[in-house]
Amino acid sequence: MSLLAILGILSSAIFSGTSLLYATLGEVIHQRSGIVNLGLEGLLLVSASAGFAATSVSGNPYLGVLVAMLAGALMNMIFGYLVISRQANQLASGLALMFFGFGLSALIGKAYVGARINGLPRIPLPGLSDLPILYTSLFKFDFLIYLAIPVAFLVWWLLFRTRWGLGLRAVGENTDTAFASGRNPRLIRFQALFTGGLLAGLGGAHLSIAYTMNWSEYMTGGRGFIAVALVIFSRWQPLRAIAGALLFSGAIAFQLLLQSAGVQISPFLLETIPYVLTILVLIFWGGTRKHPAPASLGRVYYGSE
Amino acid sequence: MQQRADTYPKILNVVVRYLLMILLAFLLFGLIVLIFGEDPIQSYKEIFTFTLGSTFGFSEVIVTMIPMLITALAVALPWRVGLINIGGEGQLYIGAAFATWAALTFQNSPAWILLPLMMLLSMLGGALWAFIPGYLRAIGLVNETIVTLLLNPVGAMLVGFLIFGFWHSPVDNVKTANFVPAALLPTFFGTRIHLGLVIALVLLALFWFVMKYTRWGLEMRAIGGNPQAARRNGIPVKGYLTIVMSIGGAIAGLAGMAMISGFYRVLSLNFSLNVGYMGFLISWLARGQPIGILLMSFVVALIITAGNLMQLTRNLPYAVINILLAFTLFVVLARPAFFKRKKA
Repeated sequence: MSLLAILGILSSAIFSGTSLLYATLGEVIHQRSGIVNLGLEGLLLVSASAGFAATSVSGNPYLGVLVAMLAGALMNMIFGYLVISRQANQLASGLALMFFGFGLSALIGKAYVGARINGLPRIPLPGLSDLPILYTSLFKFDFLIYLAIPVAFLVWWLLFRTRWGLGLRAVGENTDTAFASGRNPRLIRFQALFTGGLLAGLGGAHLSIAYTMNWSEYMTGGRGFIAVALVIFSRWQPLRAIAGALLFSGAIAFQLLLQSAGVQISPFLLETIPYVLTILVLIFWGGTRKHPAPASLGRVYYGSE
Repeated sequence: MQQRADTYPKILNVVVRYLLMILLAFLLFGLIVLIFGEDPIQSYKEIFTFTLGSTFGFSEVIVTMIPMLITALAVALPWRVGLINIGGEGQLYIGAAFATWAALTFQNSPAWILLPLMMLLSMLGGALWAFIPGYLRAIGLVNETIVTLLLNPVGAMLVGFLIFGFWHSPVDNVKTANFVPAALLPTFFGTRIHLGLVIALVLLALFWFVMKYTRWGLEMRAIGGNPQAARRNGIPVKGYLTIVMSIGGAIAGLAGMAMISGFYRVLSLNFSLNVGYMGFLISWLARGQPIGILLMSFVVALIITAGNLMQLTRNLPYAVINILLAFTLFVVLARPAFFKRKKA
């Protein structure tokens, strides 16, 4: 197989995995504050469709990205109202949010099925300009791809190097203690959902505005659930989430590689890799008793006395 | 919590409250329909005349309801011992795959052998899929919630693998060949209502009976209430956790069999359309109570059946019905304060 083919596969894996990294980072923030958001799949769909619609109407992909982020944050505000204000069960509310996302995204995107947009402009990797055009065309990425890893570092910095992050993690570990130390668990959880929604919205935006550059129903194809798995796989650490997203991209690349090499292995089996690996990792932790999950993950906060 | 105990609402109050909540959901949905330039009154009229106003429509609601009833039970049972099973979706796929194997392998068997075999195999498949998280949880290794969730996509993809790799029909590689008549559950009254309804109702009654009148039910409730105390009283908690989770999976597997043998008559890629997750929501909203499961399944099935209609007659995509479904779920989950019964 030619070098060109391999590079092409790498390039498409990077494109496919970026949205997943953003979604995973968003979910890391939710879960660090103690909230499991299973509605991520719906959120991604809504931000993908809203971003695409905004780009299509305004002709400006950057505006589309902004709209997608806000859409993600707004979806999470609905979720926050249910699980924080109304103290509803997080798993059930997440699934309800997923169905809402299926419906709303279809409604928003309906008029834009098959529409063409100017996607995010692609900028070639610096330093590659003297390579033949055939190669450079493979390594022209949009700014969301370039930003993905810096954003992971930013999330790490926010969570582990700021007072806000400390408070957020405190709420995720023990709401009562956090309350006793003068923090407002409800407010912090809302903030976590808002920030995480913005990030996951970026993921949705990248999917429709930069990667596929079109809209179709259910286009996320389970990325929301993969992101939830990757959060566990990355042990709630934003920097390890990069590795998780790479793993996913790697699985896709591997699959394409095998296909182009003529090896017969079902793509369905390869797609199970992120899930199976996560389960194995969980079993391994269970054996070593080193489970790093936030202690109050999934628990409803009923208020402190 | 204290307050709820002494103002325990009577059945009628509960029904009225749920009806009010569903009304609120419909109002919210009407707003959305209005925003997108359709007439909400007309939509509602169509929803109800189609689903409740004709025998055919009503039978379609019942048909849609069957797998939801079963998957809701697959969640409600493990919940009684404190296990959260979000894995109905995956268990359903594996169950369907096992049943399909029998349907394709023993095509020449008579129905009275083939159908029971398919049922048993589907239960075995679902049970195996649920045994993994159940056992891991019972020995204290991994939380079952996340493992059941992660196994869902794996189950769906395994079905995809089997269809593409081995079972697909010569003409269409996203589904198997149509099942032979012997592999189909009988239907009733010239409608699409199939034997799965009877299975679902029997399971529901069995669930209620076991929980209320048997020693197993008592012990399971004891484990759900306080596993430590149950263990000290000599109840084999580990065994219960593993077995109850596996039975939950077996029920979900049966739902998969009922869907492909009673309704689709073929195994196709992604056939479930999230029925497993709907079962989870229904069970949660009904708080695991048999009557509640029956009512909530009916409401959800009505909404989804109506969705099929709106797609035919209105200028809205099918997925829109998910909005109505979600609003109903949101409203019930949020338990709006103004519907709460005043303190007596």
